[in-house]
Amino acid sequence: MRKETVFLPAILLFTLLLLPTASVHADHLLMVRVSQPLGVTLGSLKKAIQEQGYKVARVDMVNIGLLGMGYTSSKYRTVFFGKAEEIRRLSRDHPQLVPYLPLRIAVFAEGDSTLLVAIDPATYGEFLSDQKADATFERWGRDMERILARMRGS
Amino acid sequence: MPVRRSQPHLFIAIFLCFFAFVGNVNATTDGAKLFAIHCAACHGDKGDGGIGVPLTLPDFLTSVTDEYLFQTIRHGRPGRIMPAFRHLGDEQIRAIVEHIRSWAPKEVKLIPGRIQGNPEKGREIFARYCARCHGPLGRGGTGTGVNFTRLHNLPIVAPGLNNPGFLAAASDDIIRTTLLRGRRGTPMLPAAKMGLSEQDVEDVVSFIRSFEKQFQPAGKPAAAPAKPALIAVSTKPFSETVERIERAISARRLRIIRKHSLDDGLVAWGEENKKQQVIYFGSIRQINTLLAIDPRMGLFLPNRITVMEQDDGKVIATSINPLRFGSLFNNANLEHTSRELHDTYMAILQEISR
Repeated sequence: MRKETVFLPAILLFTLLLLPTASVHADHLLMVRVSQPLGVTLGSLKKAIQEQGYKVARVDMVNIGLLGMGYTSSKYRTVFFGKAEEIRRLSRDHPQLVPYLPLRIAVFAEGDSTLLVAIDPATYGEFLSDQKADATFERWGRDMERILARMRGS
Repeated sequence: MPVRRSQPHLFIAIFLCFFAFVGNVNATTDGAKLFAIHCAACHGDKGDGGIGVPLTLPDFLTSVTDEYLFQTIRHGRPGRIMPAFRHLGDEQIRAIVEHIRSWAPKEVKLIPGRIQGNPEKGREIFARYCARCHGPLGRGGTGTGVNFTRLHNLPIVAPGLNNPGFLAAASDDIIRTTLLRGRRGTPMLPAAKMGLSEQDVEDVVSFIRSFEKQFQPAGKPAAAPAKPALIAVSTKPFSETVERIERAISARRLRIIRKHSLDDGLVAWGEENKKQQVIYFGSIRQINTLLAIDPRMGLFLPNRITVMEQDDGKVIATSINPLRFGSLFNNANLEHTSRELHDTYMAILQEISR
């Protein structure tokens, strides 16, 4: 094999690794602020999740009765999403992971902005010892960062 | 000299590599961009606060040094939501500090070293003038700055002073300067307006500094984190286990909100795994209490227990372990409510293993 054909993929791989990624993580949580109201943000988020290859399972209301309790905002939702086969496999092999499945992003209003919060899926690697699962968590982590980075730019 | 056919590809690769490297360097030292990525979610795009404290209060940036800001970003505030940004390089943190400083470029001139006040006298003064907002042990106010978690008449939740991150970042003179000047825009008045002398202020500084003695000595191993989930094995078949869980929830005067399969919405209707049922439950009071302490808690609200039949026929029920919340959310104020929630989950789960 010629030298160049060996070096070229290696250089391209190195190049890809150097390309800037929008890391938003700090400890176990990923958070971004979006300068749009909650309704618009939810629509953009669902689109970003789907375009990253995941299915949105549902959007839950969290803050039942907040307005009745005298708070000034009741705009709080959680978006659940995932890939059915991965959820099936991980829930079967690792029951301790089930409370964290499917993936989720909490979305709540703060004035004219909207905040998005997710557990960094890479954290799940601390819960168990399984290299195959670790690879899935790392990929989820990268995908979650891409979704949130895209939302920050929306 | 003849050019070999493969060389153009090599040049393209090196060209791409160069631009990727340059792009990366630029991306990682642009303070405004780094602030937008790492800080704006909590402190607001312009530093005017939110979950995190406002950075643009008129007296804040003129009372602290760049080193204080640097160390605050580096070490965070353990147990007070703000994480330690250990993964950022020194240059990146300096770039963020420079960006924050651009909002109020004057850095205060401070005297290094320790202030020798009387911590016992300082304790009495602190209890009388400071504890109402900062707590009797200096642990700070509860909650965050998000609008639905508290009344909007305060622009800030009193910071925790009894905190290793704060004490590592703040010099004695920063604390003294803050006490002397107060914080316009917050309930904190200048010391003189509260009738405190400079000696009183120095006594309070020494009392606050004495909190350091309570922290865990370096090198001592931290307690192992709680298990991520609570799991109970059922002695009954799947359907009966679900019924038992529901009865146990209702017996505790908690409302069952809904029930669906774990893969609900991920697979076509009718193809769900009916042997993996998630039961949602809770009370408005409990949900609101947790959201008031930390709005990010909505990730795990309402409460959920999943009942599953495994491939070998064994039936289990599992829930999040709330004792994990404190470390997941870096919020020590969740401790009490998390323990209560843990006990509730445990009592319900135990019903299926009797």
